[in-house]
Amino acid sequence: MEIKFSEQALTRANKIIARYPQGKQKSALLPLLHLAQSEFDGWLSQAVMDYVASLLTIKPIEVYEVATFYSMYNMKPVGKCLIEVCQTSSCWLRGSEEIVQHIKEKLNIEVGETTSDGMFTLKTVECLGSCGTAPMLQCGANFYENLTTDKVDELIEKLRTNGESSSYLRSLEVNLES
Amino acid sequence: MGRKLLLEHIDVPGIETFEVYRKKGGYASVEKALKTMTPDAVTDEVKRSGMRGRGGAGFPTGMKWSFLDRKSTKPRYMVCNADESEPGTFKDRYLMEKIPHLLIEGMITSSYALGANTSFIYIRGEYMYVLQILEKAIDEAYAKGFLGKNILGTDFSLDLYVHPGAGAYICGEETALLESLEGKRGNPRLKPPFPAIAGLYASPTVVNNVETIAAVVPIVNMGGDEYAKIGIGKSTGTKLISASGHINKPGVYEIELGLPVEEFIFSEEYCGGVWKDRRLKAVVAGGSSVPILPTELILTTAKGEPRLMSYESLSDGGFATGTMLGSGGFIVMDETTDIVKNLYTFARFYHHESCGQCSPCREGTGWMEKILHRLHHGHGKKEDIDILVDVAKKIEGNTICPLGDAAAWPVASAVRHFRKEFEEAVVQESLLVNG
Ligand SMILES: Cc1cc2nc3c(=O)[nH]c(=O)nc-3n(C[C@H](O)[C@H](O)[C@H](O)COP(=O)(O)O)c2cc1C
Ligand code: SF4
Ligand code: FES
Repeated sequence: MEIKFSEQALTRANKIIARYPQGKQKSALLPLLHLAQSEFDGWLSQAVMDYVASLLTIKPIEVYEVATFYSMYNMKPVGKCLIEVCQTSSCWLRGSEEIVQHIKEKLNIEVGETTSDGMFTLKTVECLGSCGTAPMLQCGANFYENLTTDKVDELIEKLRTNGESSSYLRSLEVNLES
Repeated sequence: MGRKLLLEHIDVPGIETFEVYRKKGGYASVEKALKTMTPDAVTDEVKRSGMRGRGGAGFPTGMKWSFLDRKSTKPRYMVCNADESEPGTFKDRYLMEKIPHLLIEGMITSSYALGANTSFIYIRGEYMYVLQILEKAIDEAYAKGFLGKNILGTDFSLDLYVHPGAGAYICGEETALLESLEGKRGNPRLKPPFPAIAGLYASPTVVNNVETIAAVVPIVNMGGDEYAKIGIGKSTGTKLISASGHINKPGVYEIELGLPVEEFIFSEEYCGGVWKDRRLKAVVAGGSSVPILPTELILTTAKGEPRLMSYESLSDGGFATGTMLGSGGFIVMDETTDIVKNLYTFARFYHHESCGQCSPCREGTGWMEKILHRLHHGHGKKEDIDILVDVAKKIEGNTICPLGDAAAWPVASAVRHFRKEFEEAVVQESLLVNG
């Protein structure tokens, strides 16, 4: 498969690149990697990273070293819905461990694993700035807060039918349209 | 009721739109500054206000602005730090989500004062939906002539962009943020040179927190001297506090600096007391990086005076018996809290977030996590407690950026104030072994 942005994504990429001063196009790297991740199944393969390098006329290594530094870029395939549960202090104080345990049992996977149908991946993450509404999880661009095990059940059912939330950008577009 | 300068209109329906925000007096500071004041006069008001940076370090904002190299022929940049990743802190998100135009107004007025014609808001990538809210508000501001060429018919022009990060606490450190904004790994830079001389693209740059920039709006509107009358002593103005943990009413509160800590925790106006009718055990008052304090020391200083929510009062007693206001991330723990486990969650966080450039931080945070994991799971040894403190001591002051210190302080303070719990964690193990 040839790696290439859709017409729409390419327009967006060029708009992003144009924000930065002449000769500083490398600044667009992080936003472009977000865009690439949402275009290509929620993760960054080497071919995708090489493509981004070509858009910015930088060396592929400059993309690899950046992509591997930041936790939001997935270096391997993930499920359609990436569930990220915060495990830092404020969430732990209000029961995040129970939430993680519940999801593990419900989906029959460990943290870091993907369900066999490729639907869900479970991850634990550090503080997402939602401590006042703890415990919480993020799926796509959406924050789900003040969680209880019942709410998690509801959410998983909803995601199972709606799908498509592994990308931070794509779920935003879905949201805005609905 | 305390005085509100930032959140006064937060509950007005539609306040996220330009129209309603404007009707409530929004963008007055831009009109005042651009039409009636010189850039230096704006900086002077900020200086006189005594306002200290709200991102965590508490450095006086006016002074920081005065360091900006105004002789350089390079373009100047104003960068807003919206990376907000300090555990326990969520005030910037609240402000940007609910009242985005306040930040944009602050960015315009501040950029004018600093002579920046291109400015950036660097927002943590996980806040992608907030980025979208900001971009929508920015589009409105362009359409109404508050951004772009010749704002309000003056010769000041400004382009404002929002730039997403991608998950890295370290990018909140201002030089790591600038590296990241240049499309690199978020490795903090050696200082000097400071950003005021060589920041973004090696140009003179000011980096300020979201709340700091928002506070420039009331400062310009009311004048620095008036602002300085609010608050207490050198802690002028109001502060947003993110309250979380075992309280009845978690959330973001705007307080006038100087409010007694006891009132903040127990009054209905703020946290509403400890949940489930339990007793208070400990508080982390300023985000995960500051020393933890037990009940008696958070409510009163070692001298027996009531502890106040201010830079000076919270740090009264130094690290022996005090803490810091930091980012205002106020985490409350009830009597059932396992302090060792809580510290473990912090240690895991810092190990995960260390950028890895300095060996004391890279290795030391890993050691601390490992030892705390061991203690928490009942496999600790008696020596572990002292090794833990020793590792923390060896990180402190020996690194490029303050993340190392931020990882060390919570450890040192938790052991200082709750040593018994660490010892019990070890004893439990020996009971298991011998029993
Ligand atoms: C590890 C680390 C993380 C930081 N994270 C943030 C942050 O998320 N937001 C912030 O405003 N400042 C953060 N800071 C402080 C910034 O380096 C800088 O002091 C601040 O943005 C300056 O703004 P102010 O003067 O308006 O407070 C952090 C500092 C360190 C060392
Ligand atoms: S102290 Fe830690 S985070 Fe800061 S530069 Fe050194 S290794 Fe990186
Ligand atoms: S600790 Fe979970 S969102 Fe902050």
